[in-house]
Amino acid sequence: MYAQMIRTASTGVKPREEMTPEERRFQDRIDAGEKIEPKDWMPDDYRATLIRQIGQHAHSEVVGQLPEGNWITRAPTLERKAILLAKVQDEAGHGLYLYSAAETLGVSRDELIELLHEGRMKYSSIFNYPTLNWADIGAVGWLVDGAAIVNQVALQRTSYGPYSRAMIRICKEESFHARQGYSIMMAMAFGTPEQKRMAQDAVDRLWYPALMMFGPPDKDSVHTAQSMAWKIKVATNDELRQKFVNQTIPQMEYLGLKCPDPDLKWNEEKQGYDFTEPDWDEFFDVIKGNGPCNVDRMNDRVKAWEKGAWVRDALLAHARKKAAPAAAE
Amino acid sequence: MKDEWPLWEVFIRGQHGMSHRHVGSLHAPDAETAIRNARDVYTRRNEGVSIWVVQAAHIAASSPGEKGPLFEPSNSKVYRHPTFFDIPEDAGAM
Repeated sequence: MYAQMIRTASTGVKPREEMTPEERRFQDRIDAGEKIEPKDWMPDDYRATLIRQIGQHAHSEVVGQLPEGNWITRAPTLERKAILLAKVQDEAGHGLYLYSAAETLGVSRDELIELLHEGRMKYSSIFNYPTLNWADIGAVGWLVDGAAIVNQVALQRTSYGPYSRAMIRICKEESFHARQGYSIMMAMAFGTPEQKRMAQDAVDRLWYPALMMFGPPDKDSVHTAQSMAWKIKVATNDELRQKFVNQTIPQMEYLGLKCPDPDLKWNEEKQGYDFTEPDWDEFFDVIKGNGPCNVDRMNDRVKAWEKGAWVRDALLAHARKKAAPAAAE
Repeated sequence: MKDEWPLWEVFIRGQHGMSHRHVGSLHAPDAETAIRNARDVYTRRNEGVSIWVVQAAHIAASSPGEKGPLFEPSNSKVYRHPTFFDIPEDAGAM
């Protein structure tokens, strides 16, 4: 999802009899549904896993501004432009909430940003795909933010208090994002034949990358078990992916657009759709850095960070000067 | 990392005369900028009419280890709640 393939130190769940008394007490609190707060004792790997997951989630929010920011100046109307601008601003805020949540675990935001820029932390694979035209902006809002909502609604119940609170805040704002995307899709799908063709083309290209957002299939997700036991994750990748497909297909049908999956079929027994898995080789390749936009995205982030350095330094120098006791004249 | 802006905690008072409530944090070089940034991030949808910011380093907090000594004493003092007392209906609203 916005955090895909988060590593834990082990590949299984630690059995209760191997736990220290502290670990046992911790697990009991988790099992009782208590939230863990910053100053509470927690296992080192719980902390490290959260830093990786929340950090990756934060990076995704910020890098996610790039494919959409790309279209702010080219939105078709002033209203669409104002709306898209507001959405992209929201994403910066979401990044802030998440970096703040990560900081409660003892890592600083600048450290996380440095790790991202050095390629030692990841962001969601979805943002390594290009937004080629205005229909893509509609499809991103509808499908990508739609997928993000499915994941983030579940994460509101995550065991770490600050992460959970950030998710609650983000979910409130996120449904605006999905709706503005769907509204663009409606305008295009019900517009001229050429607009409808563009809308279909955007869905064709973004459908499978959107499904990849939930991460690899459960059978290949070796780190899911411990994260689930700690309630860092509260639903598996496959569960969330299924939920997303179930809720999205009727929306697609309403638009009169076709899902690019020829084998998509309603399964009465499981009360859900059967669908084709994305190409996981492509997914792993994009994660490794070989997606269409990986290099551009990182270059843009690093450039923004480096070019902003003088502003950060100047404001800090000014603040220190003001705070210093007035020098003798 | 060397020269990171300090962390501020942000408190907002909503429309209806409630207390300021903690809504989140941000980094800023000074109080003035912190308030301006808090406006930009935390009141984008008419959430507030007043903002407090305080440097996170200036907040003293109780520790989880003190939970028992601090909060358990009130568990046994049920008479502090109005529902502890049975007031006859005949006495009227109270």
